[in-house]
Order: sequence, then C-alpha cells, then structure tokens
Amino acid sequence: MTANRFNFEQTIDIAWCPGCGNYAIRRALLAALEELGLEREKVVMVSGIGQAAKMPQYINAHFFNGLHGRALPPATAIKACNPDLTVIVESGDGDMYGEGGNHFLHATRRNPDITLFVHDNMIYGLTKGQASPTTRLGMKTPVQVEGVFEKPLNPMALAVSLDVPFVARASAADIDQTKEIMKRAILHRGFSLVDIFQPCVSFNKFNTFKWFKDNSYYLDDAYDPTDRVGAFRKALEEEPFPLGIIYLNNDRAPFEENLPVYRHDKRPLYQRDFPMEIIRDILKQKT
Amino acid sequence: MVWGKAVAHIIKEDLSVVLAGEAGQGIQTIEAILTRLLKRGGFNIFATKEYMSRVRGGVNSTEIRIASHKVSAFLDRIDILIPLNRESLPHLAYRTGENTLIIGEKDKIGAQGMLDVPFTKIGLELGNAIYANVVAVGMVAGLLGIDRTLCSDYTAEYFARQPEDVRLKNREAVTRGHEIGVNLARETIWIEIKRDPGIAGDIMITGGEAVALGALAGGCNYLCAYPMSPATSVLVNMADYSKRADIIVEQVEDEVGVVNMAIGAWYAGARAMASTSGGGFALMTEGISLAGAIETPLVVHVAQRPGPATGLPTRTEQGDLNLVLYAGHGVFPRIILAPRSIEDAFILSRKAFDLADKHQVPVFILTDQYLMDSYYNTPLFATEELRIGKYVTETKEDYARYRLTENGVSPRGIPGHGSGIVRVDSDEHDEGGFITEDFIETRNRMVEKRLRKFDAIREDIVTPILRGARDYKTLLIGWGSTFHALSEAMDRLDRKDVAMLHFSWLYPLPTGIREYLARAQTIVIIEGNATAQFGDQLKLATGVDIGNRILKYNGMPFSVEELVEKIRPYTVRS
Ligand SMILES: Cc1ncc(C[n+]2csc(CCOP(=O)(O)OP(=O)(O)O)c2C)c(N)n1
Ligand SMILES: [Mg+2]
Repeated sequence: MTANRFNFEQTIDIAWCPGCGNYAIRRALLAALEELGLEREKVVMVSGIGQAAKMPQYINAHFFNGLHGRALPPATAIKACNPDLTVIVESGDGDMYGEGGNHFLHATRRNPDITLFVHDNMIYGLTKGQASPTTRLGMKTPVQVEGVFEKPLNPMALAVSLDVPFVARASAADIDQTKEIMKRAILHRGFSLVDIFQPCVSFNKFNTFKWFKDNSYYLDDAYDPTDRVGAFRKALEEEPFPLGIIYLNNDRAPFEENLPVYRHDKRPLYQRDFPMEIIRDILKQKT
Repeated sequence: MVWGKAVAHIIKEDLSVVLAGEAGQGIQTIEAILTRLLKRGGFNIFATKEYMSRVRGGVNSTEIRIASHKVSAFLDRIDILIPLNRESLPHLAYRTGENTLIIGEKDKIGAQGMLDVPFTKIGLELGNAIYANVVAVGMVAGLLGIDRTLCSDYTAEYFARQPEDVRLKNREAVTRGHEIGVNLARETIWIEIKRDPGIAGDIMITGGEAVALGALAGGCNYLCAYPMSPATSVLVNMADYSKRADIIVEQVEDEVGVVNMAIGAWYAGARAMASTSGGGFALMTEGISLAGAIETPLVVHVAQRPGPATGLPTRTEQGDLNLVLYAGHGVFPRIILAPRSIEDAFILSRKAFDLADKHQVPVFILTDQYLMDSYYNTPLFATEELRIGKYVTETKEDYARYRLTENGVSPRGIPGHGSGIVRVDSDEHDEGGFITEDFIETRNRMVEKRLRKFDAIREDIVTPILRGARDYKTLLIGWGSTFHALSEAMDRLDRKDVAMLHFSWLYPLPTGIREYLARAQTIVIIEGNATAQFGDQLKLATGVDIGNRILKYNGMPFSVEELVEKIRPYTVRS
C-alpha cells in the first residue's frame, strides 16, 4: 500500500482471518481518510466489540474501543463535546443491530454528525458463527440448528423509515466504490450509515464474495436518493440488493448544531473555563 | 378515636405542621409558599415530603418544622395537621395523637375535636375552590404572626407569572387565611417560637438541587440521564442551569446509553455525570466496568429508593450500597461518597469531579429520596475559594495513554488537544491502549497499575465525623442521610456517654476505624436497609461484627423520636 498517514509504519498484528472481507474495508477506509485530507489528530474511531469493531486498532488515529453494542452513545458524546473532531463508528451487524439496536434507533433521532460503518457479514463472527439480526432465512448454525426462521432485519429500510439523512450500502467486493461511498458519508453533515457487505470466510459459507456479487447491483445515475418514498421502495429490494446511496436528506440539522452550548461559542467544551459566578447567582436566588 | 383537642394549645420552640392531601391538590404549592414566607419571617425551617407514585389521588404529605433553633430532621410528631382530604387521616394516624391539632373543613374531614376552617368555602367565595390551599397558607402564616403585607406581597410575587386576576385572587385568599390564623393565635393556639434575624441570608435548597449545584461547581458540563424517581430532580435542575451555564444536558434512550455517553464525554474532555436510581444504575453496571478498564473518570449519582425491582418508587432507603460497591465485573478501584446533609451534598458532589479526574476512577454519589426531597435553611455556601482542578495533559507525538507510572495514574490526554493520539480500549491493553492478550506480563502490570491507584485515593479520604461524648461508652454508627436525625436523637438523649461516628466517605474505608470501635463498650449500627450493608463493610475493614443493629426498610426515613426510642436501650443505665 502507498504511504498513508492513517497507516502504521511498523507491521501490525491483525486479528482477522486470511481472506476476510474486513481487509478490503480497511483498505477502502484508509484510502478514504487519506483522500479526504483529514488530520490524524482530528479523527476519532469509535467501536464496540466484534471482529468488525477491531478496525480502530488498525487505523492510526484516536480510538475509543468500548463495549459490545455501545459504540453510538460515546460517539455521540465525543462529537457533542468537541465538534471539531471527525467521528467514525465501526461496527458489526450483531454489535449494531442486535446488542446496540436501541442506541441505533435513538441515534437516528438525535442525528449527530458522525459516520457509521456496519460490516454486515450476516453472522456473529467473533463468537464463531451464531445468527445475527441480518442472517438470511434458512441458514443453519450451531445455535439455529433448524435454520434461521426469524425474519432478517433490513437496515436500509429501517434507516430510511427513520429518516437517517445518509443511507448507503457498499460491498467489500469493490474497494474503490466502497471508498467513494465512505468519503461521501464522512463528508455528509449529520448521521450517516453505510452498511457494508462483508464476506466472513470462516463462519458464513453461504454469503460469500461470489454470493454478494451475484446478489447486488449498483444504483445508476438516474436514481434520485432524495425522494424518500422512492428510497424506501428501493431499500425494500433484496436479492439482488441495491448498492450505492439509497437515501439522502440534506435538511436535517445535526445534534451538535442544536445544542445551546454552541450557539454563541464554537469552542469545544474542554477549552472553556467555568465561571463560578453562575453558581453564586443561582445560590443567591435561593435565599 | 379523639383527633386532638381544640382549646388552649401551647406550642413552644419547635412546631411540626403537616399538610396532606391527594396528588394534584396543590400540597407542593402550599409547601413552596409557606416555607419561603416563614423563612422570610425569620423562622428556622425544615421541610420534607412523602408521596405516592401517582399523578392524581392517594395521599401525599409535607412536614414543615418551624423552630426557634436550626432544625434539619424528620419528626414523627405532628402538632398541627391540615388535611385537605379525608383519606389523609388514616394515612397519618400512626403519627397523630391527642396533642395533634387538626385544622380543616369539618364536614369534609369529619374528625372529632378538629378546628373547623372552611378553606373551600372561602375559596368558592373568591370564585374557585382551587384557592382553598392558599387560604391554608395564609392561616398558618397568620398563626405564626407573619406580617400581613409580607404575606400578601410574597403570594402575589409567587404567582407573578399568572394572569392578573389569578394573582389578585390568590392574594386575597392568603389574606383571608391570614386573618383566620391571627384570630386562632389570639384565642386557641398559643405559639412561642423565636425569630432568628441571623438567618436572613440563609439559602433553602433541596438535596436534589444541592447535588446539581455541587456538580456544576465541580465543572460538570455534560449531564445525561434517563428519568427515574428520586433522581429526576438533578436532571431537571441541570437542564434549568443549562439556560445560563455551558452544560450539555441530554435525556438518553436508556441507562446503558447514559453511562456510555458519560464515559465518551469524559474521553473527549468534558466533565460528565450520569444520574439515576437503583434500577437504572443496575443497567449501567457494564459501563462502570468500562470506566474502570479504560481509566476514564466518571461521576454517577445514585439516588436510592427501596427495591428490589420497582419497589417503592417514591420512598427512601439506603439499600443500594452493595449494588454500587460491587457493580461491574472485574477488579478496579472506585470511590463511594454518601452526603450526610444538604451542605455535604454540595461539597461532595463538587469534590466527586476532582476525585474522578485526579484518580481516573468512577466516583459515586449515593443519596436517597429523603435527602433529595428535603430542605432546611442553611448559610449560603462559600464559593470564593472553589476552583476546578485541571488534570488533562496536552499530548505529544509519543503519547501513550496507559504509561506505567509509580502511582498508577497515567497522564490523561484527550483527542484533539496536542499532537498525540489517545487510544482507549475495553479489552486488556498495552501502554499505548492497543488490545493485548499477553498474560505473561502486560496483563499483570495493567491490573496492578489500576489497583495502585488505591494508595493515592486513600490519601484523599474524608474521615468520618465523631460527634458527642469524648469518653463514650456507646458508639452509634451511621452513614449518608441519617446524620441529622441521629444528631437530633443524640441531643435529645442528652447523655454524657454516647457518641456517633458518621460516614459520608464509604469506600475505600479509612484506616483507624478500629480504634474508634475499640473505645466503645457498645456499638450500634443504624442503617436504612434490612441487612446492615455498611456494617458488613466495617466488619471487612476492622474485623468487628456489629451485632446491635437499628435497621429500617419500610420506605420512610428514620424519625428523631424512633431513633431516641431505639437507641435508648443501648445506652448504659446510670
Ligand atoms: C455484553 C456482551 N455480550 C456478548 C459479547 C460477546 N460478543 C462479542 S462480539 C459478539 C457478536 C459479534 O458479531 P458482530 O457484531 O456481527 O461482529 P463480527 O464479529 O461478525 O464482525 C458477541 C456476541 C460481549 N462481548 N459482550
Ligand atoms: Mg457480524
């Protein structure tokens, strides 16, 4: 790989299986960060737990690698406390749509200006192959012994229904397009979701590189992502799944912009001194 | 049953008035106007309330103590009971006796021997029954000889934001009540309570406000919570302060989100607090462990109420010490504070932020419903000397978040401040913050590093208060919000051989407690829970098993009288 300030100089020990789709996602991300000209000191990678959630370990930037399912609340807070930072969340389908489902729902309402990449391998990778919320119907696992009969969650339709202002799908089978989608997601003002198809070579023998290729297609230029109803119809399409920007809403103000603390003062919280007079004033009113 | 007698009541020094009615009848309004009015009139005031977990109906009551001297604890005794509904009487029967004077609407309340004052009728004469409660306010004010003009002016001020006619009607209502009170004071009720001009500058704030203000003074600029009684007042107060102070206040989707958000905020350089009660805190426990692992400071306020599960949502208990002490898997240091008073709630809530930041550990402020909802007049807090500690470092290129140090505390950088990179990882990590599975060396070093922080924490311990006889034979031990009730009980017992040792720093415990215990012949532990959870901690720390226990867990706070009665048998007969 060419010089990239988000890459490490020394070789690093990566805990992904050889052939894993995560390598392609990492290459796309490194390229996206570099091409956007971001400074390392201003980028914070936030994640929970899972194979996907290890991504921050392999990017040379700040990271907050927290709890399984809990990446969005700290990510929201980090951006809220310091809007100068670029905050990127790396998550898996189990981490985000399973354990973290409630945070996902409410992050869409809050709309922080952060970017969420979900590595969707349709399986719990790190815990060795149980069904995730996006595992396809019928797939047998050591736990779902008769095959999955719970309806898979459709993250695209869910996100469009919640008016997530940037909803896209990418595929690890195509690093270049994934990089482009990532760049647009990071640049988008507000909460952006990119669900990235990611083959898991060890625990998902069904949704392979070939399967993802055969079951997806790119949206063409004629497609208008700003039409929400049209976007919802598109989001409902499965096998083949549409790839690209499915929905775009440029009119939602991000969380941080609604916070009164930034109305007259743009400085991050850590740069501010607290005026003790305010306490004195409040106390005096209590006499 | 005889509900008090209506003639020649003499009340000296310390009057306990209880107002009771159903939710929605305006008991809160009465309390708010009356306490401020009486305080302006120069009386020492204490107020606390007990209420049901419902928005309408039931019985809620407020106790207001009006005294010549400072009062700060709950009494069972009721000198004057003003019931606004019939159900109030059986609800409070266990606290009333033949010396309780009941004042109210006889045809509605129907108690024998009560003083008939037709609040509602007067309200209706003014155009609406809703003025009845303000008539009651006026009556109590009149009884205590509060100046008529002060009374009407303050009432008008209280309703300043209401339409003109509502304001005027309330003013009239309070004046009508005042007249009745003045007459009663002349003919039937003789009250001798001295006014104290020295309290003019005193403040009156609830425990909930004190926690919020203390947090603010500690530099708290990020407050997140999910509503839960009795902690909600902290959320509401902080939201109110956010109108003028730079604080982000966020109501989060659930308590799991709350704690993780608070930790993220600290990581990014804010000073965050999560505020909740036991049930919500139970959901936060994994997050507490995360704070322990990544050594991000954290302040959590836990306002206790009786459990298990939903328990008694609006009542009080000291039952969550074990929960807070053992919350979170794995081993890491923490600090637990339990304010003993309103003043202490301010002081310790402020201190919690510096402690968390300095030692990079979770700090808990453990309060309860009783402390949250009570208040009394107290001198204005000194704020001149207060400073907000600065513990964050500007990072350099070679920054490593978990640099091994002698005292276990690694300089804490935050992203964007300096040229270094700040990596924190809930997995076991190396000095740089990267995931590691090296059990040969790194794991042990990291565990030991985190635990080394206990040494420095111990140096900051706030030692317990010893109050009472120097040469005590009986030593009473309590913690948190029981302080004032215990103190007053001790004063009433008036013994030369009794002392109390009261803790507001619960964990880690200071050394030297054993010496206090060794000097006593009899040790009694007093706690608002069913198993003496703090007693267990004392046993761990000192080896002393305190068998004498005064425990309460019905949801009500300890009253002064019940403590006197329960402590008496443990005092040496002389
Ligand atoms: C509270 C909690 N529950 C369960 C786990 C175990 N766990 C770790 S990762 C994971 C699922 C991972 O699946 P996914 O998020 O899809 O990530 P992947 O490994 O497939 O990339 C589970 C169940 C945990 N770490 N924490
Ligand atoms: Mg997965």
